Amino acid sequence: MSILVYVEHDNSTLKAETLKTVAAAQAIGGDITLLVAGFNCQSVVDDAAKVNGVNKVLVADNVVYQHQLAENISLLVTELASDFEHILATALTTGKNFMPRVAAVLDVAQISDIIAVESSDTFVRPIYAGNAIATVQSLDNKKVITVRTTGFDAVATDGNAEVVSLDIVTDAGTSSHVNDVLTVSERPDLGAADVVISGGRGMQNGDNFKLLDGIADKLGAAIGASRAAVDAGFVPNDMQVGQTGKIVAPDLYIAVGISGAIQHLAGMKDSKVIVAINKDPDAPIFQVADYGLVADLFDALPELESKL
Amino acid sequence: MKVLVPIKRVIDYNVKVRVNPDHSNVDLANTKMAINPFCEIAIEEAVRLKEAGIATEIIAISIGDKSCQEQLRTALALGADRAIQIETDESLDSLNIAKLLQKVVEEEQPQLVILGKQSIDSDNNQTGQMLAALTGMPQGTFASEVKVDGDKVNVTREVDGGLQTITLNLPAIVTTDLRLNEPRYASLPNIMKAKRKPLVVKPAADFGIDLTARTKLLKVTPPAQRQAGIIVKSIDELVEKLKNEAKVIS
Repeated sequence: MSILVYVEHDNSTLKAETLKTVAAAQAIGGDITLLVAGFNCQSVVDDAAKVNGVNKVLVADNVVYQHQLAENISLLVTELASDFEHILATALTTGKNFMPRVAAVLDVAQISDIIAVESSDTFVRPIYAGNAIATVQSLDNKKVITVRTTGFDAVATDGNAEVVSLDIVTDAGTSSHVNDVLTVSERPDLGAADVVISGGRGMQNGDNFKLLDGIADKLGAAIGASRAAVDAGFVPNDMQVGQTGKIVAPDLYIAVGISGAIQHLAGMKDSKVIVAINKDPDAPIFQVADYGLVADLFDALPELESKL
Repeated sequence: MKVLVPIKRVIDYNVKVRVNPDHSNVDLANTKMAINPFCEIAIEEAVRLKEAGIATEIIAISIGDKSCQEQLRTALALGADRAIQIETDESLDSLNIAKLLQKVVEEEQPQLVILGKQSIDSDNNQTGQMLAALTGMPQGTFASEVKVDGDKVNVTREVDGGLQTITLNLPAIVTTDLRLNEPRYASLPNIMKAKRKPLVVKPAADFGIDLTARTKLLKVTPPAQRQAGIIVKSIDELVEKLKNEAKVIS
Protein backbone atom coordinates (compact mmCIF):
# COMPACT_ATOMS: atom_id res chain seq x y z
CA MET A 1 0.00 0.00 0.00
CA SER A 2 1.06 3.59 -0.56
CA ILE A 3 0.34 6.39 1.87
CA LEU A 4 0.63 10.12 1.24
CA VAL A 5 1.15 12.32 4.31
CA TYR A 6 0.68 16.07 4.03
CA VAL A 7 3.35 18.02 5.92
CA GLU A 8 2.17 20.84 8.18
CA HIS A 9 4.62 23.74 8.14
CA ASP A 10 4.97 27.51 7.99
CA ASN A 11 7.43 27.57 5.05
CA SER A 12 10.35 27.55 7.49
CA THR A 13 9.92 24.64 9.88
CA LEU A 14 8.12 21.33 9.78
CA LYS A 15 5.51 21.19 12.53
CA ALA A 16 6.33 18.48 15.05
CA GLU A 17 2.76 17.16 14.88
CA THR A 18 3.55 15.83 11.39
CA LEU A 19 5.91 13.30 13.02
CA LYS A 20 2.90 11.85 14.84
CA THR A 21 0.85 11.69 11.66
CA VAL A 22 3.69 9.70 10.11
CA ALA A 23 3.41 7.34 13.10
CA ALA A 24 -0.27 6.87 12.22
CA ALA A 25 0.78 6.11 8.64
CA GLN A 26 3.23 3.49 9.94
CA ALA A 27 0.44 1.93 11.98
CA ILE A 28 -1.57 1.56 8.75
CA GLY A 29 1.51 0.12 7.07
CA GLY A 30 2.92 0.77 3.60
CA ASP A 31 5.26 2.98 1.61
CA ILE A 32 5.06 6.48 3.04
CA THR A 33 5.47 9.57 0.87
CA LEU A 34 5.46 13.08 2.31
CA LEU A 35 4.12 16.10 0.46
CA VAL A 36 5.56 19.54 1.19
CA ALA A 37 3.51 22.26 -0.48
CA GLY A 38 4.63 25.81 0.17
CA PHE A 39 6.77 28.64 -1.12
CA ASN A 40 10.49 29.07 -0.49
CA CYS A 41 10.18 26.13 1.86
CA GLN A 42 13.53 24.37 1.32
CA SER A 43 14.21 24.18 5.07
CA VAL A 44 10.93 22.28 5.51
CA VAL A 45 11.97 19.91 2.73
CA ASP A 46 15.30 19.33 4.51
CA ASP A 47 13.41 18.51 7.72
CA ALA A 48 10.96 16.27 5.87
CA ALA A 49 13.73 14.21 4.25
CA LYS A 50 14.98 13.29 7.73
CA VAL A 51 11.66 11.91 8.98
CA ASN A 52 12.02 8.21 9.74
CA GLY A 53 10.13 5.61 7.76
CA VAL A 54 9.59 7.85 4.74
CA ASN A 55 10.49 6.71 1.22
CA LYS A 56 10.05 9.89 -0.71
CA VAL A 57 9.36 13.59 -0.21
CA LEU A 58 7.34 15.32 -2.93
CA VAL A 59 7.87 19.06 -3.10
CA ALA A 60 5.55 21.62 -4.65
CA ASP A 61 7.34 24.93 -4.12
CA ASN A 62 5.35 27.69 -5.75
CA VAL A 63 3.87 31.02 -4.78
CA VAL A 64 0.34 29.62 -5.21
CA TYR A 65 0.99 27.36 -2.19
CA GLN A 66 2.55 30.05 0.00
CA HIS A 67 -0.44 30.40 2.33
CA GLN A 68 -1.69 26.85 1.80
CA LEU A 69 -5.10 28.05 0.66
CA ALA A 70 -7.55 25.16 0.75
CA GLU A 71 -8.65 25.67 -2.86
CA ASN A 72 -5.13 25.36 -4.30
CA ILE A 73 -3.79 22.68 -1.96
CA SER A 74 -6.81 20.42 -2.43
CA LEU A 75 -6.38 20.57 -6.21
CA LEU A 76 -2.72 19.61 -5.84
CA VAL A 77 -3.45 16.69 -3.52
CA THR A 78 -6.27 15.35 -5.72
CA GLU A 79 -3.91 15.40 -8.71
CA LEU A 80 -1.48 13.22 -6.79
CA ALA A 81 -4.15 10.99 -5.28
CA SER A 82 -4.21 8.26 -7.92
CA ASP A 83 -0.89 6.85 -6.66
CA PHE A 84 -2.07 6.37 -3.07
CA GLU A 85 -4.59 4.27 -1.16
CA HIS A 86 -4.39 6.43 1.95
CA ILE A 87 -4.06 10.19 2.18
CA LEU A 88 -3.31 11.54 5.65
CA ALA A 89 -3.09 15.02 7.08
CA THR A 90 -2.72 16.27 10.61
CA ALA A 91 -5.94 17.49 12.23
CA LEU A 92 -4.63 21.05 12.60
CA THR A 93 -6.13 24.08 10.92
CA THR A 94 -4.51 23.48 7.52
CA GLY A 95 -5.40 19.79 7.29
CA LYS A 96 -8.91 20.31 8.65
CA ASN A 97 -9.39 23.07 6.10
CA PHE A 98 -8.41 21.39 2.83
CA MET A 99 -8.81 17.62 3.38
CA PRO A 100 -12.62 17.40 3.11
CA ARG A 101 -12.30 19.11 -0.29
CA VAL A 102 -9.94 16.34 -1.35
CA ALA A 103 -12.36 13.68 -0.13
CA ALA A 104 -15.31 15.30 -1.92
CA VAL A 105 -13.45 15.58 -5.23
CA LEU A 106 -12.31 11.96 -4.95
CA ASP A 107 -15.90 11.01 -4.05
CA VAL A 108 -14.94 9.27 -0.82
CA ALA A 109 -15.80 9.79 2.83
CA GLN A 110 -13.29 11.41 5.15
CA ILE A 111 -12.45 9.84 8.47
CA SER A 112 -11.67 12.79 10.76
CA ASP A 113 -9.51 12.99 13.85
CA ILE A 114 -8.42 9.38 14.20
CA ILE A 115 -6.72 8.48 17.48
CA ALA A 116 -5.90 4.83 16.70
CA VAL A 117 -5.57 2.49 13.73
CA GLU A 118 -7.30 -0.90 13.95
CA SER A 119 -6.51 -2.00 10.41
CA SER A 120 -5.95 -0.44 7.01
CA ASP A 121 -9.66 0.41 6.72
CA THR A 122 -10.81 0.66 10.35
CA PHE A 123 -10.04 3.55 12.65
CA VAL A 124 -10.89 4.85 16.09
CA ARG A 125 -12.06 8.42 16.60
CA PRO A 126 -13.67 10.44 19.37
CA ILE A 127 -17.23 11.69 18.88
CA TYR A 128 -19.42 13.88 21.10
CA ALA A 129 -16.36 15.87 22.19
CA GLY A 130 -14.61 12.73 23.37
CA ASN A 131 -17.55 11.55 25.48
CA ALA A 132 -17.81 8.51 23.23
CA ILE A 133 -15.24 6.66 21.14
CA ALA A 134 -16.32 5.33 17.75
CA THR A 135 -14.71 2.56 15.71
CA VAL A 136 -15.39 3.31 12.06
CA GLN A 137 -14.76 1.28 8.95
CA SER A 138 -14.23 3.03 5.63
CA LEU A 139 -16.02 1.29 2.75
CA ASP A 140 -14.26 3.38 0.08
CA ASN A 141 -11.24 2.06 -1.78
CA LYS A 142 -9.36 5.27 -1.07
CA LYS A 143 -9.08 6.56 2.48
CA VAL A 144 -8.88 10.26 3.29
CA ILE A 145 -7.95 10.67 6.95
CA THR A 146 -7.06 13.42 9.39
CA VAL A 147 -5.02 12.41 12.41
CA ARG A 148 -5.42 13.75 15.93
CA THR A 149 -1.85 13.75 17.08
CA THR A 150 -2.54 13.05 20.74
CA GLY A 151 -3.08 9.39 19.86
CA PHE A 152 0.35 8.75 18.36
CA ASP A 153 4.00 9.06 19.40
CA ALA A 154 6.30 11.06 17.13
CA VAL A 155 8.66 9.14 14.85
CA ALA A 156 12.39 9.90 14.97
CA THR A 157 14.16 12.22 12.53
CA ASP A 158 17.33 10.45 11.48
CA GLY A 159 16.14 9.21 8.10
CA ASN A 160 17.25 10.14 4.62
CA ALA A 161 14.44 10.10 2.07
CA GLU A 162 14.63 10.86 -1.62
CA VAL A 163 13.38 14.35 -2.57
CA VAL A 164 11.38 14.79 -5.77
CA SER A 165 10.32 18.20 -7.07
CA LEU A 166 6.89 18.47 -8.65
CA ASP A 167 6.15 20.92 -11.41
CA ILE A 168 2.40 20.86 -10.83
CA VAL A 169 0.90 24.31 -10.26
CA THR A 170 -2.74 24.30 -9.24
CA ASP A 171 -4.29 27.74 -8.81
CA ALA A 172 -8.07 27.83 -8.36
CA GLY A 173 -7.99 31.61 -8.58
CA THR A 174 -11.02 31.99 -6.33
CA SER A 175 -9.35 33.02 -3.08
CA SER A 176 -6.44 35.12 -1.96
CA HIS A 177 -4.56 35.71 1.24
CA VAL A 178 -4.78 39.10 2.96
CA ASN A 179 -2.79 38.77 6.16
CA ASP A 180 -1.92 36.67 9.18
CA VAL A 181 -2.02 38.02 12.71
CA LEU A 182 -0.10 35.43 14.65
CA THR A 183 0.77 35.43 18.31
CA VAL A 184 4.52 35.79 18.67
CA SER A 185 5.89 33.67 21.48
CA GLU A 186 9.25 32.36 22.59
CA ARG A 187 7.52 29.39 24.13
CA PRO A 188 6.85 26.04 22.46
CA ASP A 189 3.59 25.53 20.55
CA LEU A 190 0.72 24.30 22.68
CA GLY A 191 0.25 21.28 20.45
CA ALA A 192 3.90 20.25 20.58
CA ALA A 193 4.98 21.14 24.13
CA ASP A 194 6.00 18.41 26.62
CA VAL A 195 4.63 20.52 29.45
CA VAL A 196 1.56 22.76 29.39
CA ILE A 197 0.41 25.05 32.18
CA SER A 198 -3.07 26.50 31.76
CA GLY A 199 -5.03 29.12 33.65
CA GLY A 200 -8.77 29.36 34.06
CA ARG A 201 -11.35 31.79 35.34
CA GLY A 202 -9.68 31.56 38.75
CA MET A 203 -6.83 33.68 37.38
CA GLN A 204 -9.28 36.61 37.68
CA ASN A 205 -7.71 38.74 34.93
CA GLY A 206 -5.25 38.72 32.06
CA ASP A 207 -2.45 40.34 34.07
CA ASN A 208 -2.42 37.47 36.53
CA PHE A 209 -1.47 35.08 33.70
CA LYS A 210 2.04 36.54 34.22
CA LEU A 211 2.15 34.36 37.34
CA LEU A 212 2.38 31.38 34.98
CA ASP A 213 5.32 32.81 33.02
CA GLY A 214 8.08 32.00 35.49
CA ILE A 215 6.89 28.43 35.94
CA ALA A 216 6.55 27.99 32.19
CA ASP A 217 10.09 29.30 31.73
CA LYS A 218 11.50 26.86 34.25
CA LEU A 219 9.65 23.88 32.78
CA GLY A 220 9.94 24.85 29.11
CA ALA A 221 6.16 24.82 29.06
CA ALA A 222 3.56 26.26 26.75
CA ILE A 223 0.84 28.38 28.35
CA GLY A 224 -2.81 27.57 27.73
CA ALA A 225 -6.18 28.67 29.04
CA SER A 226 -9.68 27.37 29.56
CA ARG A 227 -12.56 28.60 27.47
CA ALA A 228 -13.89 30.46 30.50
CA ALA A 229 -10.65 32.47 30.65
CA VAL A 230 -10.82 33.18 26.92
CA ASP A 231 -14.50 34.15 27.01
CA ALA A 232 -13.79 36.46 29.96
CA GLY A 233 -11.23 38.22 27.75
CA PHE A 234 -8.20 37.37 29.90
CA VAL A 235 -6.21 35.90 27.01
CA PRO A 236 -6.56 35.39 23.24
CA ASN A 237 -8.43 32.42 21.79
CA ASP A 238 -5.39 30.73 20.30
CA MET A 239 -4.41 29.81 23.88
CA GLN A 240 -7.62 27.88 24.42
CA VAL A 241 -7.36 24.22 25.38
CA GLY A 242 -10.58 22.26 25.02
CA GLN A 243 -13.21 20.88 22.74
CA THR A 244 -13.42 24.11 20.77
CA GLY A 245 -9.74 24.97 21.14
CA LYS A 246 -6.55 22.94 21.01
CA ILE A 247 -6.43 19.28 21.95
CA VAL A 248 -3.21 18.59 23.84
CA ALA A 249 -1.64 15.54 25.46
CA PRO A 250 1.67 16.62 26.99
CA ASP A 251 3.71 14.62 29.50
CA LEU A 252 2.68 17.09 32.19
CA TYR A 253 -0.42 19.29 32.24
CA ILE A 254 -0.87 21.76 35.06
CA ALA A 255 -4.39 23.21 35.40
CA VAL A 256 -4.50 26.33 37.55
CA GLY A 257 -7.79 27.86 38.66
CA ILE A 258 -9.66 25.65 36.18
CA SER A 259 -12.82 23.99 37.45
CA GLY A 260 -12.73 21.21 34.85
CA ALA A 261 -15.77 21.64 32.62
CA ILE A 262 -16.34 18.71 30.23
CA GLN A 263 -15.41 21.03 27.38
CA HIS A 264 -11.96 21.66 28.89
CA LEU A 265 -11.37 18.04 29.86
CA ALA A 266 -12.01 17.05 26.23
CA GLY A 267 -8.90 19.02 25.32
CA MET A 268 -6.42 17.70 27.89
CA LYS A 269 -7.54 14.45 29.51
CA ASP A 270 -5.10 12.35 27.47
CA SER A 271 -2.15 14.11 29.10
CA LYS A 272 0.21 11.65 30.79
CA VAL A 273 0.27 13.41 34.16
CA ILE A 274 -2.27 16.00 35.23
CA VAL A 275 -1.78 18.41 38.11
CA ALA A 276 -4.65 20.56 39.35
CA ILE A 277 -4.35 23.57 41.59
CA ASN A 278 -7.70 24.93 42.72
CA LYS A 279 -9.06 26.39 45.92
CA ASP A 280 -12.39 24.56 45.54
CA PRO A 281 -11.91 20.99 46.81
CA ASP A 282 -15.07 19.90 44.93
CA ALA A 283 -13.88 21.14 41.53
CA PRO A 284 -14.36 18.36 38.93
CA ILE A 285 -10.80 18.84 37.71
CA PHE A 286 -9.62 16.87 40.78
CA GLN A 287 -11.45 13.80 39.47
CA VAL A 288 -9.05 13.56 36.52
CA ALA A 289 -5.91 14.92 38.20
CA ASP A 290 -3.07 12.64 39.23
CA TYR A 291 -1.97 15.21 41.76
CA GLY A 292 -4.34 17.76 43.22
CA LEU A 293 -3.47 20.69 45.44
CA VAL A 294 -6.28 22.52 47.16
CA ALA A 295 -4.83 25.99 47.53
CA ASP A 296 -5.24 29.62 46.57
CA LEU A 297 -3.36 29.93 43.30
CA PHE A 298 -2.02 33.35 44.27
CA ASP A 299 -0.09 31.68 47.10
CA ALA A 300 0.69 28.45 45.29
CA LEU A 301 2.08 29.78 42.01
CA PRO A 302 4.92 31.93 43.44
CA GLU A 303 5.88 29.10 45.78
CA LEU A 304 5.85 26.55 42.95
CA GLU A 305 8.02 28.82 40.82
CA SER A 306 10.54 29.23 43.63
CA LYS A 307 10.78 25.48 44.26
CA LEU A 308 11.24 24.26 40.71
CA MET B 1 -28.18 38.54 -2.01
CA LYS B 2 -29.52 35.17 -1.03
CA VAL B 3 -27.95 33.34 1.90
CA LEU B 4 -28.36 29.61 2.49
CA VAL B 5 -27.89 28.29 6.02
CA PRO B 6 -27.78 24.49 6.46
CA ILE B 7 -28.46 23.46 10.05
CA LYS B 8 -28.30 20.21 11.99
CA ARG B 9 -30.43 18.82 14.81
CA VAL B 10 -28.13 17.46 17.52
CA ILE B 11 -28.17 16.55 21.18
CA ASP B 12 -28.37 19.66 23.36
CA TYR B 13 -24.85 20.61 24.35
CA ASN B 14 -25.75 20.60 28.04
CA VAL B 15 -26.84 16.97 28.01
CA LYS B 16 -24.41 14.31 29.11
CA VAL B 17 -23.92 11.69 26.41
CA ARG B 18 -24.42 8.02 27.31
CA VAL B 19 -23.28 5.04 25.27
CA ASN B 20 -25.78 2.22 24.64
CA PRO B 21 -25.16 -0.93 26.71
CA ASP B 22 -24.69 -2.93 23.48
CA HIS B 23 -22.08 -0.40 22.28
CA SER B 24 -23.96 0.14 19.02
CA ASN B 25 -24.16 3.91 19.35
CA VAL B 26 -24.95 6.64 21.85
CA ASP B 27 -28.36 6.62 23.50
CA LEU B 28 -30.44 9.52 22.19
CA ALA B 29 -33.86 8.22 23.30
CA ASN B 30 -35.85 10.92 25.10
CA THR B 31 -32.87 13.24 24.92
CA LYS B 32 -33.24 16.99 24.63
CA MET B 33 -32.29 18.05 21.11
CA ALA B 34 -31.34 21.47 19.76
CA ILE B 35 -29.80 23.30 16.83
CA ASN B 36 -26.08 22.53 16.67
CA PRO B 37 -24.43 25.54 18.40
CA PHE B 38 -22.18 26.34 15.43
CA CYS B 39 -25.24 26.27 13.13
CA GLU B 40 -26.99 28.71 15.44
CA ILE B 41 -24.05 31.09 14.97
CA ALA B 42 -24.44 30.62 11.20
CA ILE B 43 -28.11 31.67 11.38
CA GLU B 44 -27.22 34.68 13.51
CA GLU B 45 -24.56 35.78 11.03
CA ALA B 46 -27.03 35.53 8.16
CA VAL B 47 -29.61 37.54 10.11
CA ARG B 48 -27.03 40.22 10.86
CA LEU B 49 -26.16 40.40 7.15
CA LYS B 50 -29.84 40.91 6.42
CA GLU B 51 -30.17 43.59 9.09
CA ALA B 52 -27.16 45.31 7.54
CA GLY B 53 -28.98 45.39 4.20
CA ILE B 54 -26.55 42.96 2.55
CA ALA B 55 -28.58 39.75 2.58
CA THR B 56 -32.04 39.91 1.04
CA GLU B 57 -33.31 36.42 1.78
CA ILE B 58 -32.26 33.72 4.24
CA ILE B 59 -33.10 30.09 3.55
CA ALA B 60 -32.59 27.57 6.34
CA ILE B 61 -32.22 23.93 5.34
CA SER B 62 -31.96 20.73 7.33
CA ILE B 63 -31.62 17.09 6.32
CA GLY B 64 -33.27 14.47 8.49
CA ASP B 65 -36.56 13.03 9.62
CA LYS B 66 -39.62 15.08 10.50
CA SER B 67 -38.20 16.01 13.91
CA CYS B 68 -35.69 18.43 12.38
CA GLN B 69 -38.62 20.69 11.45
CA GLU B 70 -38.47 21.80 15.08
CA GLN B 71 -34.99 23.23 14.48
CA LEU B 72 -36.07 24.75 11.16
CA ARG B 73 -38.93 26.53 12.97
CA THR B 74 -36.39 27.87 15.43
CA ALA B 75 -34.29 29.13 12.54
CA LEU B 76 -37.38 30.83 11.11
CA ALA B 77 -38.07 32.41 14.50
CA LEU B 78 -34.50 33.68 14.61
CA GLY B 79 -34.92 35.43 11.26
CA ALA B 80 -34.74 32.98 8.37
CA ASP B 81 -37.35 33.76 5.70
CA ARG B 82 -38.16 30.24 4.60
CA ALA B 83 -37.07 26.70 5.25
CA ILE B 84 -36.41 23.47 3.37
CA GLN B 85 -36.40 20.02 4.95
CA ILE B 86 -34.82 17.24 2.93
CA GLU B 87 -36.54 14.24 4.39
CA THR B 88 -34.69 11.03 5.14
CA ASP B 89 -34.71 8.54 8.01
CA GLU B 90 -31.11 7.57 7.34
CA SER B 91 -28.15 9.07 9.15
CA LEU B 92 -26.09 10.27 6.19
CA ASP B 93 -22.32 10.68 5.83
CA SER B 94 -21.06 14.26 5.42
CA LEU B 95 -20.31 13.59 1.75
CA ASN B 96 -23.92 12.62 1.02
CA ILE B 97 -25.18 15.63 2.97
CA ALA B 98 -22.88 17.82 0.90
CA LYS B 99 -24.17 16.25 -2.33
CA LEU B 100 -27.78 16.99 -1.37
CA LEU B 101 -26.83 20.55 -0.43
CA GLN B 102 -25.03 20.91 -3.76
CA LYS B 103 -28.34 20.27 -5.55
CA VAL B 104 -30.06 22.89 -3.44
CA VAL B 105 -27.26 25.38 -4.14
CA GLU B 106 -27.68 24.74 -7.88
CA GLU B 107 -31.39 25.38 -7.60
CA GLU B 108 -31.37 28.36 -5.24
CA GLN B 109 -28.12 30.02 -6.42
CA PRO B 110 -27.22 31.62 -3.08
CA GLN B 111 -24.27 34.03 -3.04
CA LEU B 112 -23.24 32.86 0.38
CA VAL B 113 -23.67 29.57 2.22
CA ILE B 114 -22.98 29.79 5.94
CA LEU B 115 -22.57 26.57 7.91
CA GLY B 116 -21.34 25.63 11.36
CA LYS B 117 -17.73 24.44 11.26
CA GLN B 118 -18.71 21.12 12.81
CA SER B 119 -21.58 19.40 14.58
CA ILE B 120 -21.12 18.54 18.22
CA ASP B 121 -22.29 14.95 17.71
CA SER B 122 -20.14 13.44 14.97
CA ASP B 123 -17.45 16.16 15.27
CA ASN B 124 -16.46 15.63 11.64
CA ASN B 125 -15.78 19.19 10.48
CA GLN B 126 -16.30 18.27 6.81
CA THR B 127 -19.62 19.32 5.28
CA GLY B 128 -18.82 22.96 4.50
CA GLN B 129 -15.51 22.15 2.85
CA MET B 130 -17.05 19.26 0.89
CA LEU B 131 -19.88 21.47 -0.33
CA ALA B 132 -17.31 24.07 -1.37
CA ALA B 133 -15.38 21.49 -3.38
CA LEU B 134 -18.52 20.07 -5.04
CA THR B 135 -19.80 23.51 -6.03
CA GLY B 136 -16.33 24.79 -6.95
CA MET B 137 -16.69 27.64 -4.48
CA PRO B 138 -13.92 29.10 -2.33
CA GLN B 139 -14.23 28.64 1.41
CA GLY B 140 -13.58 30.60 4.57
CA THR B 141 -13.62 28.06 7.37
CA PHE B 142 -13.54 28.67 11.14
CA ALA B 143 -14.64 32.28 10.62
CA SER B 144 -14.44 34.85 13.39
CA GLU B 145 -15.32 37.80 11.13
CA VAL B 146 -17.21 38.00 7.82
CA LYS B 147 -17.26 41.20 5.75
CA VAL B 148 -19.02 41.27 2.40
CA ASP B 149 -17.43 43.76 0.03
CA GLY B 150 -19.08 43.98 -3.40
CA ASP B 151 -18.54 40.70 -5.22
CA LYS B 152 -16.05 39.49 -2.62
CA VAL B 153 -16.13 38.50 1.02
CA ASN B 154 -13.30 38.95 3.50
CA VAL B 155 -13.17 36.21 6.09
CA THR B 156 -11.00 36.27 9.19
CA ARG B 157 -10.27 32.71 10.26
CA GLU B 158 -9.19 31.22 13.58
CA VAL B 159 -6.03 29.29 12.76
CA ASP B 160 -3.36 27.64 14.89
CA GLY B 161 -1.33 30.46 16.37
CA GLY B 162 -3.71 33.33 15.64
CA LEU B 163 -5.89 34.78 12.91
CA GLN B 164 -5.73 34.67 9.12
CA THR B 165 -7.71 36.91 6.79
CA ILE B 166 -8.51 35.80 3.25
CA THR B 167 -10.56 37.22 0.40
CA LEU B 168 -13.00 34.99 -1.45
CA ASN B 169 -14.84 35.56 -4.70
CA LEU B 170 -18.62 35.25 -4.29
CA PRO B 171 -20.42 32.90 -4.31
CA ALA B 172 -18.56 31.42 -1.36
CA ILE B 173 -18.86 29.08 1.60
CA VAL B 174 -18.26 30.25 5.17
CA THR B 175 -18.08 28.01 8.22
CA THR B 176 -18.48 29.55 11.63
CA ASP B 177 -16.28 29.43 14.69
CA LEU B 178 -17.48 30.26 18.19
CA ARG B 179 -16.40 33.86 18.34
CA LEU B 180 -18.10 34.99 15.14
CA ASN B 181 -21.10 36.30 17.08
CA GLU B 182 -23.37 35.65 20.03
CA PRO B 183 -26.68 34.29 18.79
CA ARG B 184 -29.86 36.03 19.96
CA TYR B 185 -32.84 34.34 21.52
CA ALA B 186 -36.05 34.05 19.54
CA SER B 187 -38.74 36.40 20.86
CA LEU B 188 -42.25 35.10 21.48
CA PRO B 189 -43.83 37.17 18.67
CA ASN B 190 -41.16 35.87 16.28
CA ILE B 191 -41.80 32.29 17.37
CA MET B 192 -45.49 32.83 16.59
CA LYS B 193 -44.67 34.44 13.23
CA ALA B 194 -42.32 31.57 12.35
CA LYS B 195 -45.23 29.14 12.38
CA ARG B 196 -46.62 30.87 9.29
CA LYS B 197 -43.37 31.09 7.35
CA PRO B 198 -42.99 28.62 4.45
CA LEU B 199 -41.37 25.25 5.15
CA VAL B 200 -41.05 22.94 2.16
CA VAL B 201 -40.43 19.20 2.55
CA LYS B 202 -38.54 17.35 -0.20
CA PRO B 203 -37.82 13.62 0.01
CA ALA B 204 -34.08 12.88 -0.26
CA ALA B 205 -34.86 10.14 -2.78
CA ASP B 206 -36.15 12.78 -5.24
CA PHE B 207 -32.66 14.23 -5.71
CA GLY B 208 -31.38 11.30 -7.74
CA ILE B 209 -28.22 10.89 -5.69
CA ASP B 210 -26.73 7.58 -4.60
CA LEU B 211 -26.87 7.98 -0.82
CA THR B 212 -25.23 4.66 0.04
CA ALA B 213 -23.20 4.91 3.25
CA ARG B 214 -19.44 5.13 2.76
CA THR B 215 -18.57 4.32 6.32
CA LYS B 216 -19.75 1.73 8.79
CA LEU B 217 -19.97 2.39 12.50
CA LEU B 218 -18.66 -0.80 14.09
CA LYS B 219 -18.97 0.15 17.73
CA VAL B 220 -19.17 3.01 20.18
CA THR B 221 -17.60 2.77 23.62
CA PRO B 222 -17.33 5.11 26.56
CA PRO B 223 -13.93 6.82 26.84
CA ALA B 224 -11.37 5.34 29.20
CA GLN B 225 -11.95 6.85 32.60
CA ARG B 226 -9.02 8.48 34.30
CA GLN B 227 -8.53 7.40 37.85
CA ALA B 228 -8.55 10.27 40.28
CA GLY B 229 -5.14 10.58 41.82
CA ILE B 230 -4.13 11.92 45.19
CA ILE B 231 -4.45 15.24 46.93
CA VAL B 232 -1.08 16.58 47.96
CA LYS B 233 -0.78 18.79 51.02
CA SER B 234 1.87 21.21 49.91
CA ILE B 235 3.89 22.52 47.00
CA ASP B 236 6.90 20.67 48.43
CA GLU B 237 5.03 17.37 48.25
CA LEU B 238 3.81 18.18 44.73
CA VAL B 239 7.30 18.94 43.44
CA GLU B 240 8.67 15.81 45.15
CA LYS B 241 5.98 13.62 43.53
CA LEU B 242 6.50 15.12 40.09
CA LYS B 243 10.24 14.53 40.36
CA ASN B 244 10.40 11.10 41.96
CA GLU B 245 7.06 9.38 41.36
CA ALA B 246 5.78 10.72 38.03
CA LYS B 247 9.29 11.60 36.84
CA VAL B 248 8.00 14.34 34.56
CA ILE B 249 10.29 17.09 35.85
CA SER B 250 13.91 17.00 36.85
